[in-house]
Amino acid sequence: MLYETSPLAIAIFSVFVLSVIGLSFFLGRKGQSAQGYYAAHGEIHWFVNGIAFAGDYLSAASFLGICGMIAFYGYDGFLYSIGFLAGWVVALFVIAEPIKRLGKFTFADALDSQFNSPGIKLAVATSTLVVSIFYLIPQMVGAGDLISPLLGLPHTAGVVLVGVSVTLIVVTAGMVSTTWVQFIKGSLLVFFCGVLTVMILNRGLIVNAGGDAGVELKPQVKTICPDGMRLIDGEPQSKTHDLRPVGTIKSLPARYAGQASTGPLGPLAYLSAIEDSTIVTWTSKKHTDVQGVHTTYSPVERSGKDLLKPGGYFKGLTTGTLSDKLDFASLMLALFCGTASLPHILIRYYTVKDQAAARKSTVVGIAVIGAFYVLTLYLGLGAMVSGALDPTSSNMAAPLLAKTFSTTLFAIISAIAFTTVLGTVSGLIMAGSGAVAHDLVENYFQIPLSDHEKVRCGKIAAVGLGIVAMVLGVAFRNFNVSFLVGWAFNIAASANLPALVMLLFWPRTTKQGITAAVSVGMVSSLTWILLSADTFEKVYGWSREASIVPFSQPGLVTIPLGFVVLIVVSFLSPRPTQRTG
Amino acid sequence: MSHAKPNDPNLSPGSARIGLVLFVMYVLLYAGLIGIVLFRPELLSTRPFGGVNLAIAYGMGLIGAAFLLAIVYMIACRMVEGSPASRQAASSGGVRKKQHRD
Repeated sequence: MLYETSPLAIAIFSVFVLSVIGLSFFLGRKGQSAQGYYAAHGEIHWFVNGIAFAGDYLSAASFLGICGMIAFYGYDGFLYSIGFLAGWVVALFVIAEPIKRLGKFTFADALDSQFNSPGIKLAVATSTLVVSIFYLIPQMVGAGDLISPLLGLPHTAGVVLVGVSVTLIVVTAGMVSTTWVQFIKGSLLVFFCGVLTVMILNRGLIVNAGGDAGVELKPQVKTICPDGMRLIDGEPQSKTHDLRPVGTIKSLPARYAGQASTGPLGPLAYLSAIEDSTIVTWTSKKHTDVQGVHTTYSPVERSGKDLLKPGGYFKGLTTGTLSDKLDFASLMLALFCGTASLPHILIRYYTVKDQAAARKSTVVGIAVIGAFYVLTLYLGLGAMVSGALDPTSSNMAAPLLAKTFSTTLFAIISAIAFTTVLGTVSGLIMAGSGAVAHDLVENYFQIPLSDHEKVRCGKIAAVGLGIVAMVLGVAFRNFNVSFLVGWAFNIAASANLPALVMLLFWPRTTKQGITAAVSVGMVSSLTWILLSADTFEKVYGWSREASIVPFSQPGLVTIPLGFVVLIVVSFLSPRPTQRTG
Repeated sequence: MSHAKPNDPNLSPGSARIGLVLFVMYVLLYAGLIGIVLFRPELLSTRPFGGVNLAIAYGMGLIGAAFLLAIVYMIACRMVEGSPASRQAASSGGVRKKQHRD
């Protein structure tokens, strides 16, 4: 679909970006120590840190991705919400306090605190960089994808705008400015999603919202010709001849018989009314011939009951094959274990003063992130029946839903979508910068750095990572990015979690065991992903059947593999002398 | 940086054990939903509480349970850390830590 450029969205976004960059320069005007740059002096208040956790964690994948997935496929998107939040339980109950107690600047500090092993430093710094870069790609591509329809700028402009802004934020004041950007973003995101949810409930459900009965139920065909021209039903695409927006209610529950609208509904009544309604969604089918690539979007009536149970996106759950079920279980395991292994989340524990503050900030994070994920259900379902969805882009569900209320809200939600990217990318660049300067340069290569040089080294690394992020954001622009976030979670969980958990709970753990577990976890999960059916189909364009691994998500195999490797290698290596006294 | 033993109970008085118990409780709840999705999906369409179906109720319940257990953990940690036995343990842990470095 083609979109109107919103000057208000540009204005709001510009004000936000200029404000946070101004704030960063203000915070960075004083000379900075390494402790300040990498860990905000350990002086961030636990409440601010808790909200910043939300700003760090709730990436574009969470906000736009989950809303879009619920709007397109129903309940399955909510399963992602449940998994993403459950990971925080691991963070709070198992990881938060030990990480704070054992480390100083980075995750490698904690894993290496007992051993002073070059192998651990190299393996953990590499896994931090790999996970950060895999997580950066979808964020940057998402920024580019959003900027075209919303601000009328080319994809590259979006990538460069985010890359330059974030690099400036990180370089000016490191973790201090990163924390405040994430705090502001986290607060705005949850507040405005709350406002939008209240408006959705207040509007209730409306039959055939935004549409014209009778016209709706015809399929439409979009063609992309070999010369790049786009046709809709055989005519050139234009603002007056475009795909119709989709997603409406065909009929309300019997208790509203004869009514065109339910009127305002409570949170539970809204869900139960959707379940008893008949909803018009759509299917898309692609085929290619000499005239180009044709995609047919056909309306299809579905019962609310079907949409509010699993199986819309994870189709394998309904077909019932074992490998599909294992694939789903593996994804849910990776989401559960991945959160507490993400480097940009872990470094946030060094910004508070002690373990109690680490614990309290995680509880605040769980409250805010949990509230947000409950809201995603309403935003997604609200978008599903708003009559405003673009069948070609699930990422646009939340902004388009906002547009059905007012252009101002659309502008605000669009601007927040960009700031979502800013907050997460700054955290990732900060984590990568610490891995390069602190773990690799200073600790692994043993290059002596003064406090001032260490900060400068981190800033140079941040600029380098900013450039890498921009290049990858442009290079991967046509890439299907949704499962890159899944890659990052799988790699993080497979490489980092076994080492951290065993270090905390098994005294026999050795440095060789940790190095081997991190390396094997990282390499095995990456290899599995590259050989999976999803990658064969979506990346290489090959047949799914040619894949040589039984299911696409590696976590179910590679996370236990990390534990097994650690145990075996630890038994084969000398008992750690430092830890037995 | 601390070089103390990470699993030294004196350095994390009681809170680690409480955390593990709550963690196991949550794992069982989470695994319960995945188990139902995989093996008894028909249950998810039932409406055990009259209003919303089990899929939504369980999902919302898991999000609520994470917050509830987090609050329980925070209160329990405060009680454990505030107890005289814990203060004594923490203080002797500090001595041990110093000896370890020496």
